[in-house]
Amino acid sequence: MDLLEYQGKQLFARHGIPVPSGKPAGTVEEAVAAADEIGYPCAVKAQVQIGGRGKLGGIKIANNQAEARQHAEAILGMDIRGLTVFEVWIEGASQIASEYYASVVFDRGAKAPLVMLSTKGGMDIEAVADEDPDAIARLHVDPLLGFQDFHGRRLAYEAGVDADVVRPIGAMLKKLYNAFIAEEATLVEVNPLIITPEREVKALDAKVTLDNNALFRHPENAELRDRSAEDPQERMAKERGLTYVKLDGNIGILGNGAGLVMSTLDVVKGAGGEPANFLDAGGGSKADAITSAVEVILSDSKVTAVLFNIFGGITRCDEVARGLIEAFSQLNPSVPFVVRLDGTNDVEGRRILAEANLPNVYTEATMDGAAARVVELAKAA
Amino acid sequence: MSILIDKNTRLVTTGITGSEGKFHTLRNRDYGTNVVAGVTPGKGGQDVDGIPVFNTIREAVDKQGANTAMIFVPPPFAADSILEAEEAGIELIIAITEGIPAHDELRAFQVIKKNGRSRLVGPNCPGILSPDKANVGIIPAGFFKPGNVGVVSRSGTLTYQVGNELAQSGFGNSTIVGIGGDPVPGTDFIDVLGLFQDDPETELIVMCGEIGGDAEERAADFIAAHVTKPVVGYIAGFTAPPGKQMGHAGAIVSGSKGTAAAKAEALEAKGVRVGRTPTEVARIAMEILGH
Repeated sequence: MDLLEYQGKQLFARHGIPVPSGKPAGTVEEAVAAADEIGYPCAVKAQVQIGGRGKLGGIKIANNQAEARQHAEAILGMDIRGLTVFEVWIEGASQIASEYYASVVFDRGAKAPLVMLSTKGGMDIEAVADEDPDAIARLHVDPLLGFQDFHGRRLAYEAGVDADVVRPIGAMLKKLYNAFIAEEATLVEVNPLIITPEREVKALDAKVTLDNNALFRHPENAELRDRSAEDPQERMAKERGLTYVKLDGNIGILGNGAGLVMSTLDVVKGAGGEPANFLDAGGGSKADAITSAVEVILSDSKVTAVLFNIFGGITRCDEVARGLIEAFSQLNPSVPFVVRLDGTNDVEGRRILAEANLPNVYTEATMDGAAARVVELAKAA
Repeated sequence: MSILIDKNTRLVTTGITGSEGKFHTLRNRDYGTNVVAGVTPGKGGQDVDGIPVFNTIREAVDKQGANTAMIFVPPPFAADSILEAEEAGIELIIAITEGIPAHDELRAFQVIKKNGRSRLVGPNCPGILSPDKANVGIIPAGFFKPGNVGVVSRSGTLTYQVGNELAQSGFGNSTIVGIGGDPVPGTDFIDVLGLFQDDPETELIVMCGEIGGDAEERAADFIAAHVTKPVVGYIAGFTAPPGKQMGHAGAIVSGSKGTAAAKAEALEAKGVRVGRTPTEVARIAMEILGH
């Protein structure tokens, strides 16, 4: 789960990481009241998860109440690369002497947290990594040992930060690492991390990704929402515990297991079709999960045909067949379904489906055959 | 021969009294896997269809000589179960559980690495199948027969799909290994590629990857340096839209964009042929082995 900037800053503040004081606002009146309370000049910042919002008009400085109102009116509701701005974050404008970059990331390759620090902050860090990789100091931390003070000093010296801020930067990195561990994040990124003219160290931005699998241990994080990033079908799927990604085409896809579903999308596209979605019904799908999944797929009005591609391991094909029958009795779909069942209890599943004799349901023996059939049916629709 | 599991496997299932744990353990036993014990705290002394249940993995090792553990407990408790198996001296730990918190996986992995006495396969994997010898996990074994093709894959169901295409083309398998799709797989492509390289029965290796991370790119380098047997690749997700970005820091770490095209390119640059569909993988395998 990706947090909005202000959600990340509030998380930082809980871990003693210095951030500018600010308040979130969902309406113009709330924004003006927040700006009055924080004082002028202040920044009005669009809360959407997209890089370069400043250049697209999503960040403005207000020097007085009239400007705060004007900026809040302009930014709230604006569209930034397809995302609607539902919230702004009002924070005191900061004076900047230097801009650095700091992050802690879950390094899958090294299987350890990686801490990075650079004095080239405030810009696209990928570009820095490409053009000047030595400008980024990196250190893998043994998670069984944790982040030690010397780690912070080492990174600060290697990155070449100003001598007077070596210790405060080290302390900041330690707090970022501890927040990364305590909140079970997979990414904590600060760009820019600023040094003020008074030589204070502050996180001027916050990018935090939390591990969805650990949210059960962090109920306060599980409640955080980003309305700008929620597609109605995706939200519906999430509430039902399904992994759904909406795409642009007209062929609804349901499969079990992310790899097989991705492969199904590739094969359908190769057969000349356009998938309407990615839907992984997950391992061990029970009949009711299949019924929910069909409901989610059909809630997209563009869908003209649906492909079920199941290769059961932990998923039992008989459960899938029962779920499809239940879905038909509840939803009475008008589009054709192509079903391919292989794997655990497949004979039973195919028997159940054959006996039910559902209208407009076609079974296919292979993935390639099923893809070709659904493409044909979708085009005929 | 085969790798990792065979007739010498003595399996203990943790979470054997749960419905999934029981269902798949009994299927594994029906296949011929030597299942010697189950573990569920508080249910020691009971049995599951004749399989003795113990309160701890230590007891299953001491009393039944278990050397392989299959982890089937729910995600919040799974890392604890992996660590318990490691502490009990289990050589091979196969974690089927999906949805284990990433930081739990990280600590479990680091402990296993530090102590150096166990191998972890998974988590979030379908397990391992050595046809006609042993099946540990949830792979539907009926589709596969013994043979000379080793399969290693990040995705469970994709493994079955590709394995099935190979079977339809007349190939059998030495061993099929699902390494799982989680951020911290206990065993990587390169570990399994090395095992297949050393296995006399394996003549061709099929490696199924997917978008994200850089495990396929690292495997490509490993193949170039250490694998003399032919390898056929498959990558799922050519048409997948860019997923949720891990943020800029993630892209720096991987040193790659993590796309299917980048991975296929990395493999092809090292002479590995990459099938664009599971069917094409089987076709390439036939060309190479001359069936």
